[in-house]
Amino acid sequence: MVEALGSTQEGNLIINVGPQHPATHGVLHLVITLNGETIVHVEPHLGYIHRSIEKMCESLTYRQFIYVTSRMDYLSSHINNHACALTVEKGMQIEVPARAQVIRILMDELTRIASHELWWGAMAMDLGAFTPFFHAFRERESINDIMEETCGARLTMNYIVPGGVMQDIHPNFQNRVKAFLKMYKSKIHEYDEMVTGNIIFQNRMKNIGVLSAEDAISYGCTGPTARGSGVSSDIRKIYPYEIYNQLDFDEVLEHGGDSFSRYMVRIREMQESIKIIEQLIDHIPEGDFQAKTKAVLKLPKGEFYTRVETARGELGVYIVSEGGTTPYRIKFRSPGFSNLSVLNHIARGSKLGDLVAMMGTLDLVIPDIDR
Amino acid sequence: MWSLQKIANTIHEWLNTTFNSTIATTIEMVIAGVAVITLFALLGLVLVLMERRIAAWMQIRLGPNRVGPQGLLQSMADTIKLLVKEGLTPNGADKFLFNLAPFIAMIVAMLLMAPIAFAKDFQLWDLNIGVLYISSVSSIMVISILMAGWSSNNKYSLMGAMRSGAQIVSYELSAGLAILTIIVPIGSLQFSEIVQSQVNGWWIFKGHIPAIIAFVIFMIAVTAETNRAPFDLAEAESELTAGFHTEYSGMKFALFFLSEYVNVFIVCAVGATLFLGGWMPFHIGHWESFNHMMDYIPSSVWFFGKTFALIFLIMWFRWTFPRLRIDQLLNLEWKYLLPISMFNLLLMTALAILGWYF
Repeated sequence: MVEALGSTQEGNLIINVGPQHPATHGVLHLVITLNGETIVHVEPHLGYIHRSIEKMCESLTYRQFIYVTSRMDYLSSHINNHACALTVEKGMQIEVPARAQVIRILMDELTRIASHELWWGAMAMDLGAFTPFFHAFRERESINDIMEETCGARLTMNYIVPGGVMQDIHPNFQNRVKAFLKMYKSKIHEYDEMVTGNIIFQNRMKNIGVLSAEDAISYGCTGPTARGSGVSSDIRKIYPYEIYNQLDFDEVLEHGGDSFSRYMVRIREMQESIKIIEQLIDHIPEGDFQAKTKAVLKLPKGEFYTRVETARGELGVYIVSEGGTTPYRIKFRSPGFSNLSVLNHIARGSKLGDLVAMMGTLDLVIPDIDR
Repeated sequence: MWSLQKIANTIHEWLNTTFNSTIATTIEMVIAGVAVITLFALLGLVLVLMERRIAAWMQIRLGPNRVGPQGLLQSMADTIKLLVKEGLTPNGADKFLFNLAPFIAMIVAMLLMAPIAFAKDFQLWDLNIGVLYISSVSSIMVISILMAGWSSNNKYSLMGAMRSGAQIVSYELSAGLAILTIIVPIGSLQFSEIVQSQVNGWWIFKGHIPAIIAFVIFMIAVTAETNRAPFDLAEAESELTAGFHTEYSGMKFALFFLSEYVNVFIVCAVGATLFLGGWMPFHIGHWESFNHMMDYIPSSVWFFGKTFALIFLIMWFRWTFPRLRIDQLLNLEWKYLLPISMFNLLLMTALAILGWYF
């Protein structure tokens, strides 16, 4: 293995980044072969936070297994729950009430903004600017407060049940979301002033880690990572679920393929999410927040697959059912794993300082990769 | 203008009448040494707290506000914590160099204080090559960083040290040329004369555009020289965890930390002396009454006011800019700052020959 890393060559240096390292945002371990400051090879080592969630799900009922998935991609836990609930609903052909659908989408988009906020702050911190992190958290906190009020939790919401949502929204919900929208719009210019428009930042991001559209497809990239290379991959547009097909929003595409394009995709996606929330917040239909379901859910024998767009890309949930109360086999297709796999491809030949910028724009959440 | 020289003279005379001259000189040296060490510690405490409060203010949070009134004793608490912490030496490290490096950093920072004019007639050593002394002694700093990085037996430290070596050596050129630009019309390297030459206006106003360009270049170069963000590549915590001081802990780390802050103070003091008149109050040409009124503000207030304004500027850089990449950093120096400052020096020389400054 040491030979494969290129260490036999004169002047190469092997350096371990992680599992405990400020740049990896979790327990990711990168074995990097360096020639001076130039990267020769990057090899990600996984498994430090493997909790065998897929195996665990096999012993949990269809109501219970949803909550384990909050711990996969903890920054878009609500969307993970959503994907699982959709699969169960698809299998049992449960009709979800309109009110629940709208609440789910509102929560999805709030989660997406919260996730992108955190990414933005962490991204700037990777590049050595600390202040944006706190500014991002200011907005993220108010989303978390909304979540706390309605769902009872701030990070792992566990708000979705098969057939709807766990309880109705808090009476304050609409007002607080509107207050958040107002606050967000009055602060968004700071993002451009502090980071996007900064000349040092642009020099660090432009033409760095270029991923061509072909490579993005062949590596199986999804989400903002693929859309930064101009690959249309928004599941909300391609395979609309819930009422996304009735909403007016654009799929954000950038064609540069470099770190800056991926950055801009996420920044613009936040605006699109705001657009979706604005369309729905005043039009939450009345009615039930949960469909009537049996106490014990049993999926018919067969295989079921759904995909949703999380903040990081396409999350696929694949359930094989034997007709019992627990799934026979569950497989998650997580976006982080495929997105991480391009790292060696895009990082080779660039400087060590660029590596953190690239990893930042891939927006890796390690528990999502490792599960 | 009142002066501290009388007190110094009184002490000097009393010592010389009481003891013989050798002992008197020794005692004076001890007094000076104690003063420098006290100032070193004091500046460390004040600047660390200042940085933390400024960072908190920019980051919409409160910062340290629990220890003592308004958190003023926070740095003291930190110091005690660092003092009682175990100072580890890694197994594979070169123990002698590893333990020597932080002291070199500290000694350099202390030596740099000697020629600074803190107030009117308040200076430890007014040597005739003051500015040259500053730029030559401050270049020893890089040896301490290289020593720390090399002896730690850590790849991160080594990379941090190599980056720092490349960076400090390059940016010293620009800093030196920027200083020279101001030295040209003054014609002296002595701090007291530099300050005295600004009696009818500070050089940043008197020196036209070249002085302003030199000031900007000087600020950029010294930020890089002191390893502060956006040029903190030697530490670069998101890339190299902590760079050259990854393996240091306890007081040995604190010495690096303190000497960084004291270096920031020194370079800002040099900047304030060269461009903003040092302890010289704000004077405008021959407006005698205005100048006289300005003289009522003590010279130490002027000096520390200007210095801390520049320190604030450097802290402001740190908390707003992202970090540069190593090749961009060197490009900025060799392709932009160095040619500009060379041209700027020529321009200033022409102005000085033609006498086109106030």
